[in-house]
Amino acid sequence: MTQHASPPRDSTDKVPSAAETPAWRAVLFRADVRTLSLLGVLAVLILIGGITKPDEFLDTRNLQLVLTQASVIGVVTVGMTFVIISGGIDLSVGAIVALASVWATTVATQEYGFGGILFTAVAVGVGCGLVNGVLIAYGGMVPFIATLAMLASARGLALQITDGRTQVVSVDAVLDLGERDSYVLGVPPLVLVFAAVTVIGWLVLNRTTFGRRTVAVGGNAEAARLAGIDVRRQRLYLYLLSGLCCGIAAFLLIVLAGSGQNTNGNLYELDAIAAAIIGGTLLTGGRGTIVGSVLGVLIFTTITNIFALNNLQSDVQQIAKGAIIVAAVLVQRRTASTT
Amino acid sequence: MPQTPFTSRRGLLFGAAAVSAGALVTGCTSNESSDDEPAANNQPAADDKPGKPVTIGFAGPQADHGWLNAINDNAKKRAEKYSDVTLEITEGSNDTAQQIGQIETLINKKVDVLVVLPADGKALTQVGLKAMRAGIPVINLDRIFNSPQAYRCWVGGDNYGMGLNAGHYIGEKLKDKPDARVVELAGLDNLELTQQRTQGFDDALKNYPNIKKVARQAAEFTVESGQAKMAQLLQAQSKIDALWNHDDDQGVGALRAIEQAGRDEFLMVGGAGALAAFEAIKADNGVLKATVLYPPTMAASAIDLARALGQGKGVGGLAEFEIPSTVTCYSAVVDKENVDQYMSTGFK
Repeated sequence: MTQHASPPRDSTDKVPSAAETPAWRAVLFRADVRTLSLLGVLAVLILIGGITKPDEFLDTRNLQLVLTQASVIGVVTVGMTFVIISGGIDLSVGAIVALASVWATTVATQEYGFGGILFTAVAVGVGCGLVNGVLIAYGGMVPFIATLAMLASARGLALQITDGRTQVVSVDAVLDLGERDSYVLGVPPLVLVFAAVTVIGWLVLNRTTFGRRTVAVGGNAEAARLAGIDVRRQRLYLYLLSGLCCGIAAFLLIVLAGSGQNTNGNLYELDAIAAAIIGGTLLTGGRGTIVGSVLGVLIFTTITNIFALNNLQSDVQQIAKGAIIVAAVLVQRRTASTT
Repeated sequence: MPQTPFTSRRGLLFGAAAVSAGALVTGCTSNESSDDEPAANNQPAADDKPGKPVTIGFAGPQADHGWLNAINDNAKKRAEKYSDVTLEITEGSNDTAQQIGQIETLINKKVDVLVVLPADGKALTQVGLKAMRAGIPVINLDRIFNSPQAYRCWVGGDNYGMGLNAGHYIGEKLKDKPDARVVELAGLDNLELTQQRTQGFDDALKNYPNIKKVARQAAEFTVESGQAKMAQLLQAQSKIDALWNHDDDQGVGALRAIEQAGRDEFLMVGGAGALAAFEAIKADNGVLKATVLYPPTMAASAIDLARALGQGKGVGGLAEFEIPSTVTCYSAVVDKENVDQYMSTGFK
């Protein structure tokens, strides 16, 4: 939200700074207006929630609930945002979350405990991301196809590992992370992880060479290559990053649901893409913000929460959700074009 | 029935008929099961004498859910039990086109009887008709075909009955409580079975004017959705007296949400009959007090019926010469009192 305060790029940047700096400023300024309009949408939602169900909605426990439920998909969305900014797409995020969660919970039935589960979840996520990255960056596959293939095979493998069974976790150290006792000053540990991933994601995108290269690759890959960026290696790292986020999200989901199931992460790819898009990330690449994506996730989670509190049925929820996506994007475009 | 030869009657009385009766009783309500044996083998050994060899084609679902996995297991284990039965099994599929292809392959192989759990009953009606026209009788398992001409016999669960029995169980527990508040965590709302379960539940609750259903949310039969929807329901309802959850798989998530919210002022009734639910009911240390069956043992019963059909026999314990045209399994309520009896039928 304070992105316009970022200092001008220094000369160590491999992208020619003369051409880059004004574009940067324009991007940041536009992003700021978008962020404000998203905050506006969120404020309206909070108002609606507060009016319809004042006691239940404006309650500390409900705030904890909304943020907890945003955490898993939120972490996935941060990774997805990087990939989309670079002009790519990752359709396999939901399947990777499923595979990482069932693999890690298979370990849970043995005796590796907390560390084993965390390590396995993250390792499986990174491993899948590595496969995606190699196929796309060095195999020359279109991201859509490569990650579609990963979606199918990771879901298949997850089903094979579980045999359709729900793998209940009995490691207390993992389960305790989701309990009220482990809240830090009222903040659930899951939310702290989500916040940390968001902050790190923001810093990496806005304050590092890696972030600038990501934007450059998404804006014009050929120009980026000519400017000396190793585009292929950059792409590999980006899918690795997305896989890493999926691994972290899988661990959070294990804590939240206390189990691993091959149906985990169902339609996360669409939710994450939708959140990034309403957050102002261009599907064609070259533009996008972490703050926008996270606000997108919060908007979705808040809508779901308000609907559930008002006991609206799922058909109504889906219709309204679609309408709100359209409304949010329209509001954004209007605000952006008038400035 | 003048055409029926007397050999058939003898078969009915002395043959494997009792086997099928066992299927109807044990298979569907499992009230005679012993504790040690797996679900598919707990039939009273009335008559397992080998008869005419029968090849049964089985086209089952993709086992991406505990209950569906149990269906495939039950069918396989039951078939292994009979030396006169050969099971031709296709890879489970949730894809309509793929399943049609698989069933056509089984028709071409000229199996004697087909047992089909369709991914979508309506969409697979045509291939059911095709099999029947080719002279292969079809046992339709669970999800029903559109036309009665497409199957010889239907075996399935009672979704309306699940709701009804869950409603009555909760009703009886809360009947002395004024202004009792009940919530419902339903399954996938775009399935007809979910609507039937809800209808049965609502109809049962009408008998208890002191009880009000204050909220209903639909989850997706998964642990993740069960946790998310239940967390919201609990936040929306600060105090409830009972909860009916349509499915024990999503119940794992629902119980987790209940634990995370630190709530225990109500009783919970599950659905389907998962082993984890039975164990929780037996331990009696949480809110889960009962579950309403939707028995996966129906797949074992379908194999029994297919065998009887292939051998031209009826069902023991019934006066008919032939197997029935429909068998609806009973949705028994399992609570602490009778859980031991059902433990062997629980699925993981």
